Amino acid sequence: MTDVASAKKANRTGLRKWSRRAFIGAGTVAGGGFLLGVAGFTFAPGRHSLVGADAAAKGQLTTWITITPDNIVNILIPHCEMGQGTPTALAMMAAEELEADWSFVRVQEAPSLDAYANGYIVRAAGGNYVPAVLGRGVDYGAYRLAEWFGFQVTGGSTAVRSTGEYGMRVAGAAAKEMLVAAAAKQWNVSVSECAATGSRVTHAASGRTASFGELARAAAALPVPTSPALKQPDRFTIRRASTPRLDIPSKVDGTAKYAIDFSSPGMLYAALAIAPVNGGKLLSVDTAPADAMPGVRKVVTLDEAVAVVADSFWRARRALAALKPVFSDAGHGGVSTASIFDAFDKAIGAAPEVPKDAAKVVTAEYRAPFLAHATMSPMVCTAKVEGDHAEVWTGVQDPLNARSVAAKAIGIPVANVRLTNFLLGGGFGRGLPFNFDYVDLGARIAKAMSPAPVKTIWTRENDIQHDYYRGAAMSRHAGALDANGNPLAIHSKYTGGGNGEAVFMPYAIGATSAKEKKAAHPIRLGQWRSVLNSQHGFFKESFVDEMAHSAGKDPFEFRRALLGGQPRFKAALEKAAAMANWGTPLEPGQGRGIAICESFGTIVAEVAHVAVSPEGRLKVVAVYAAVDCGDVVNEDTAKAQIEGGIIFALSAALLSEIHIKEGRVVETNFRDYPMIHIADAPTVTTAFLRSDAPLGGLGEPGVPPLAPALVNAIHAATGIRVRELPIRNTSLKKA
Amino acid sequence: MAIMMTVNGEAHTLDVEPEMPLLWAIRETLGLTGTKFGCGISACGACTVHLDGRAVRSCTLPVSAANGKNVTTIEGLAPNGALHRVQQAWIKHQVPQCGYCQPGVIMAVAGLLAQIPNPTDSEIDAGVTNICRCGTFARMRAAIHEAAGASEVTHD
Repeated sequence: MTDVASAKKANRTGLRKWSRRAFIGAGTVAGGGFLLGVAGFTFAPGRHSLVGADAAAKGQLTTWITITPDNIVNILIPHCEMGQGTPTALAMMAAEELEADWSFVRVQEAPSLDAYANGYIVRAAGGNYVPAVLGRGVDYGAYRLAEWFGFQVTGGSTAVRSTGEYGMRVAGAAAKEMLVAAAAKQWNVSVSECAATGSRVTHAASGRTASFGELARAAAALPVPTSPALKQPDRFTIRRASTPRLDIPSKVDGTAKYAIDFSSPGMLYAALAIAPVNGGKLLSVDTAPADAMPGVRKVVTLDEAVAVVADSFWRARRALAALKPVFSDAGHGGVSTASIFDAFDKAIGAAPEVPKDAAKVVTAEYRAPFLAHATMSPMVCTAKVEGDHAEVWTGVQDPLNARSVAAKAIGIPVANVRLTNFLLGGGFGRGLPFNFDYVDLGARIAKAMSPAPVKTIWTRENDIQHDYYRGAAMSRHAGALDANGNPLAIHSKYTGGGNGEAVFMPYAIGATSAKEKKAAHPIRLGQWRSVLNSQHGFFKESFVDEMAHSAGKDPFEFRRALLGGQPRFKAALEKAAAMANWGTPLEPGQGRGIAICESFGTIVAEVAHVAVSPEGRLKVVAVYAAVDCGDVVNEDTAKAQIEGGIIFALSAALLSEIHIKEGRVVETNFRDYPMIHIADAPTVTTAFLRSDAPLGGLGEPGVPPLAPALVNAIHAATGIRVRELPIRNTSLKKA
Repeated sequence: MAIMMTVNGEAHTLDVEPEMPLLWAIRETLGLTGTKFGCGISACGACTVHLDGRAVRSCTLPVSAANGKNVTTIEGLAPNGALHRVQQAWIKHQVPQCGYCQPGVIMAVAGLLAQIPNPTDSEIDAGVTNICRCGTFARMRAAIHEAAGASEVTHD
């Protein structure tokens, strides 16, 4: 039941309707009880017993909402907080339907227990989304996450549009109906005469009123409504205000807790050297130099790593530096950036064929490098192993799966592992399922030191050199124009991975195709903010721009003319152009570039405005983004995600490149894998085109259009076409 | 060697190696975890604290350099649970996303404003060189101007 077929089947059997079976399906997948997050108290004991017989005593109305007698609404969030503000937005969605007074609302991250597996919720979305995905190849994020059924994952820009839309809203609405029903019963009046607002239920005719807190216990004993009515958007209040994020006060005074901040009595610290070539093994290490150093408790040798455990991290790190471990290269010692791109080149072969009768043929080749996530917080995992039980403290984008990884690493049943997840110091995909090497290593090191708790802190060098990288990729494009400069065809062949969403172009062009060519390499890959859209957005929107220039047309007007059948794309493109005053004169050496991409259900058009000095010095002056993600839940936070995505993409486009030499990563830290600073940051202006389209994601969609908008702007400013990222590899000096 | 220093107004004597970076003395020996480890080479600024009122990057500064001096961390930036004007501006402009770099940024900005009460944009560019992977720079700039009382800049 973990595949898309089962999600589709679920859809056919009517799970989209909030049927009673859907609500209280006793935790079975077929019944989908947990899909809505409101099933709560009728769950059979066992797997989904979190909300049990004592729910009424606790005033626990639904799985995710608790109302205590002091009238505090506590909302459990089955997603991690890694900077995106999800907990606040999700709580707003529940509170809106609940008719809660926002000042009484609190949030906390759900514990890492099966009952909170938000994969169920993604499947609820999947039931709606997946057929459309397969039909059009868009919204791959939800599709992929549907496969990760049963995980408590935060990724794919799905939290608000899946958990929020299908879980939180329904949970809030159901809870409200139960509170109203409890009040009506107490006052012996009709439910229809009572109304909820501001965390109170009121009977207008008699003037009787009771707080949610006063009603909570009675409400919890009532049956869960089978189909609570959701509010129409024109009645939204909480969702129409930009609500300050609940986590921000703790993030300005140093009290916010990340995995690195956890501490436990008797805790030891580990510093780690991992085989520099992925897949390599530890062949030998003389531990004596470290053994003799102050504070060192043990040198732990693992299959692929060596760790020094000491009474402080600095001492552990100093002792590790005294070791000279020898690692194998897994047979990949001959691999380099050049060898990988040579293989890409051969796999792609000649440029794609285009119609021979074209008036003009355009060809281009693009390259995108490997990239690291480089989250601000290096990877950290603390673990304590005692017999066949363990506790783990870490920061991950999927605590349930991480718990399984820890259990497997230690060799104990998963039920014997308790995992506490902390705030993430950035995620960007690094903390997603299948990327839990830091949990695996941390658990094994702690097992060797049992029963002492051990905090394994990765250095920045560990982090940069042992990432799950954004894949390098290459593309050859060919396009054909007719005598009037209208595009007849755009074809591409690419390596590095792709999918329907990433290669999708909204334009009305006679013939298009994008063919993937396989060229295997041993570099470890993972999802990096916006996944494959980051490479393909650059390829396809650069090439469309090159087509426009070949046609002698304005790049904005060229695109606009091809979007007649795509009103949402057209509106976003026009909005971004208007925001940027597209077409108005600029100083010499300045230029504007435009690009538009859809990813994760959200359409984003961006215009970059750059200035290039005669010496080739690039200044990104401003970026304008027009975003259609359907409705917007928390506008200021939504803007922050677009702003952040743009800066993240800008840093990568300008500066970032992971090189491979002798099978290993060359870069080590922020000196050779630099990031932009405040001095380099452009102004970012974001506008939302609120539409009635299904909610789209926001964490990632700001990223893909940035690189093409930027290189298109550089071309407009200088006539130099950058076809290889990062941009710093290309001289922008006037010829 | 015993290191004597005042941290957030409180005198401490630490029994640590003099070459241990101040960062780890603050975090592990004193248990003040608001100051973050980001790179270990003074490149990102997540570890920024004040040494006798000046912003310094503590991940490469030996603890011995703080001997006999006053150290202020994010926990002590504003005494008695109050918020420093930079912290207030940070909340008003909703600057943090993941938040990991922000204690260091706030300490760098507070240090800058102590030296230059009303910095220009280029003085901000030169004075605040912290890395923020969430990309909150435009909001930082607006919040810095706000804290400096220079203008009614908004992040729009």
